Amino acid sequence: MTRPPIAMLAELTHRCPLACPYCSNPLDLVRGAAEMGTEDWARIFREAAGLGVLQLHLSGGEPAARRDLVDLVAAARAAGLYTNLITSGIGLTAARLKALDAAGLDHVQLSLQGTDAAMADAIGGLEGAFARKLEVARQIGEIGFPLTLNAVLHRRNLHQLPRAIEMALELGARRLEVATVQFHGWALRNRDALMPTREQAREAGRIVAEARARLRGRLVIDYVPADYHGDYPKRCMGGWGSTGLNVAPDGTVLPCHAAQTIPGLEFWSAREVPLARIWAENPAFNAYRGTEWMAEPCRSCERKTKDFGGCRCQAMALAGDAGATDPTCVKSPLHADLAARAGAHAAADAAFVFRPAPGRVAV
Amino acid sequence: MIGPGEVPRLPRGVRVQPDRVRGGWVLLAPERAVTLDAVGQAILAEVDGSRSFGEICARLAAAFGAPEAQIAEDAGGFLSALRERLFLEVSP
Repeated sequence: MTRPPIAMLAELTHRCPLACPYCSNPLDLVRGAAEMGTEDWARIFREAAGLGVLQLHLSGGEPAARRDLVDLVAAARAAGLYTNLITSGIGLTAARLKALDAAGLDHVQLSLQGTDAAMADAIGGLEGAFARKLEVARQIGEIGFPLTLNAVLHRRNLHQLPRAIEMALELGARRLEVATVQFHGWALRNRDALMPTREQAREAGRIVAEARARLRGRLVIDYVPADYHGDYPKRCMGGWGSTGLNVAPDGTVLPCHAAQTIPGLEFWSAREVPLARIWAENPAFNAYRGTEWMAEPCRSCERKTKDFGGCRCQAMALAGDAGATDPTCVKSPLHADLAARAGAHAAADAAFVFRPAPGRVAV
Repeated sequence: MIGPGEVPRLPRGVRVQPDRVRGGWVLLAPERAVTLDAVGQAILAEVDGSRSFGEICARLAAAFGAPEAQIAEDAGGFLSALRERLFLEVSP
């Protein structure tokens, strides 16, 4: 029997008041009219808990754009799930946060586009967003929700990392995610504008290591390094079809948020097929599960159950083959070329392409 | 380490519940799920936010018929590791 998943990411909507140029939503955004309703989501939450999911991440787009967010949290808690709200804070009011508290919301992950209004509002494409976010952070603290700050860092804002760490402490966060931008979705399109330099990537690693030692027991820091500048790939999704799954706003069930970039995979909908059956039987979930699908150099690699050959979507994007070794790995024949290209992306001068609101014409 | 008079408790956003699919118990925390073995579950079952660490060790020693010093070392190591990850708070 297939080992059950631990976590589910529910992309409740692709609608969002922000337009971040590294948005992990697909280029082809799901329109509001195609979103599932409250009852469908509540049923999927129950199916997920029955399948073995423990952690539910309520995300988007901006999940606060869903008018039924409080009802969805209540349904998830009733199903026995640990509920994590992944939000920019825009759309949350004091009254709404209190209602989420009453509904049993367990934890809030608040995104940080920059550490000052000039940077954050420019990246998010919304004036006043940073001020609003700080107000929401204060209200989150007042209620007492455990808080994680998630700072997405790239070439334009990596110099703000020390301030992001200070902000996490000031806002009473227990966790800080220092996430160097990963090149999927809109970020792939904006590689020239976002790619950090090798020096920036190295400096970030040093700052994180220093902060972890200094803040031990006060702040937990999770760090996603710049994999284009690394030697080994990330353990993407803990292994394909292994620990987690995503549900898109229209009910499409995906092994990860970028899986639709891999041609030839057919994804099933939780509107039509029970989640447990999708997890166990959908050929898309079995395509890269375990290690049997691997070719060399992964097949005989001692790290193959450590990082599972890296990210399948990145292998698709960079090697043109989702079954190849992720080119961010030193053992990939494409690695030297990628390192050179990373330098070129970092040296490029490009303007952001912002993601549009779904329903509007794509850029 | 945790002193005998200190009181451990699970902070908001951390809870222990049965894992009804896999069996056993699991500690759920912000974006983390930790499978508990029988020993870990027994220790956390004594953490109620009012018992001191010393009281917890005495109760576990009685329940398991083990020397209290041994219990204090094992439970102290386990709870300190949770504390370092901010899954546990300790008040004096």
